[in-house]
Amino acid sequence: MSILVYVEQRDGHVRSVTREALGEAKRLAGALGGPVTAVACGASDVGLAALGESGAEKVLLAKHDAFAHYDGAGQAIAVAAAAKATGAKLVLMGASSTGKDLAPRVAALLGVGLASDCTALDAGGGKLVARRPVMAGKAFEKLAFTRSPAMATLRPKVFPAPAPEAGKSATVEPLAFEWDASAPRALVTGTTGETGGKPDLTESEIIVSGGRGMKGPENFVLIEKLADALGATVGASRAVVDAGWRPHGDQVGQTGKTVSPKLYVAVGISGAIQHLAGMSSSRCIVAINKDADAPIFKVADYGLVGDLFEVVPALTEAVRKFR
Amino acid sequence: MLQVVCVKQVPDTETRVKIAADGRSLDPAGVTLILNPYDEFAVEQALRVKEKLGAGEVVAVTVGGAGAQTMLRNVLAMGADRAIHLKTDTAPSDPLAVARALAQAIRPLEPGIVWLGKQAVDDDASQVGPMLATLLGRPCVSVVAKFELSGEAAKVEREIEGGRELLDVPLPAVFTTDKGLNEPRYASLKGIMAAKKKTIEEKPAELGEPNLERMALELPPPRKPGRIVGEGTAAIPELLRALREEAKVL
Repeated sequence: MSILVYVEQRDGHVRSVTREALGEAKRLAGALGGPVTAVACGASDVGLAALGESGAEKVLLAKHDAFAHYDGAGQAIAVAAAAKATGAKLVLMGASSTGKDLAPRVAALLGVGLASDCTALDAGGGKLVARRPVMAGKAFEKLAFTRSPAMATLRPKVFPAPAPEAGKSATVEPLAFEWDASAPRALVTGTTGETGGKPDLTESEIIVSGGRGMKGPENFVLIEKLADALGATVGASRAVVDAGWRPHGDQVGQTGKTVSPKLYVAVGISGAIQHLAGMSSSRCIVAINKDADAPIFKVADYGLVGDLFEVVPALTEAVRKFR
Repeated sequence: MLQVVCVKQVPDTETRVKIAADGRSLDPAGVTLILNPYDEFAVEQALRVKEKLGAGEVVAVTVGGAGAQTMLRNVLAMGADRAIHLKTDTAPSDPLAVARALAQAIRPLEPGIVWLGKQAVDDDASQVGPMLATLLGRPCVSVVAKFELSGEAAKVEREIEGGRELLDVPLPAVFTTDKGLNEPRYASLKGIMAAKKKTIEEKPAELGEPNLERMALELPPPRKPGRIVGEGTAAIPELLRALREEAKVL
């Protein structure tokens, strides 16, 4: 019996969602029993032993040349094999673009239920219950599992990554799995970085979003400057994405991304219900809007009523001064 | 080439959520049901592929209650050729069960491409597409932002954190669609008239035993009331003080 955590890697680095999942696995091992095992899919074992610092006792390495890039079909077979080999009662991974693609495939292979994008797991009384947002956060559901292993993906930045226990190392063992890589499959031929290395909205600590109040795409330079000063990522409302002012990947809300940053700054956003759904789990919300009756002020911790074309440049300047 | 588009009827994104008396479901009173917004991109892309090939058939498939037929007529009005309605009594909350029911209905059609929205905006699970592909044993790319058909294969781009993955995919395959892939068409009057004569085949959905059980549906905890720190640029020092000293987020 064990808890299995999938190790997500990109460009040879373990992504932070993995450490968050290991931390949660270690916490749950108290109630569900351990040990905590990790499974990595890759072409080499570089850096895997160090996962011991985050709580993994053992790392199973599914080694394959094809795993130099993400391969959903092949990695699902490997993770399912690891779940069986370790008698896992719970399989965890991050609710990242990789985890959201991989976990359903593993669940389908194992024939078990999967709770996506969880914000809390509770193992009180030895029975696992997952809490997760639905309708972009307008409500939360609690799910119980009728099959074993239970599977869950964890929303990035919600579960704390444990402080590394320096010097603790995990044993790395090869994982046996059978995968016919010559079968027809989707082949990753490359990646592009469109955001210049900035974190994705879903993984950002601070987000500055602009809405229709920006009056035009050219004025988003004000939002970008404020975001730069704060070390933040730029977001947008549906209205401005639909108008073609910003790319779709920037949209926050029910048909965009659901975000929970430490600080969310809404600029010129009135606060349509589908936008509020996507950002109201942020720890602190600031709204800047000239309309004092805008619905955004109802969810904001701090509201500033004023003309954004005056306020935002002055705020940017003030932030630069103290940072 | 026969293409399948899996669609789902969901509450409108403008819906204000009220929890039903059972404490486990959405109170349906006053809720408008629509075609899942991400599925619109799936329908549109299937129609574009059919138009490009100048031949083929687009079959819409849904798992849902009796009300789902309104949505299927809408998809037929957009241009799908026929529909299959896998009927259920209650809205299933278990993606694997839905994927199994879909797989069973879709397998005999031997589609060249199966399209789905990347997620349904009600349960936000993002599971059925990759599950269905796994059950069908087909290559799968989720969250497709760009699609180009070239012969018996497709070149696609998929959204990942901070960029895109580029993939080559042999057909037959399964794709889930993201916003921005295309601009979905509206049904024309001609399309609406034509849709009335198109076939909707009804079958019971074979969902099997549930793998997940919803214990509760709850509203999010209310946020602590906030305050207006002031007006105009004069309020900036107080805003920054509050963010540093009260909220401790800067």
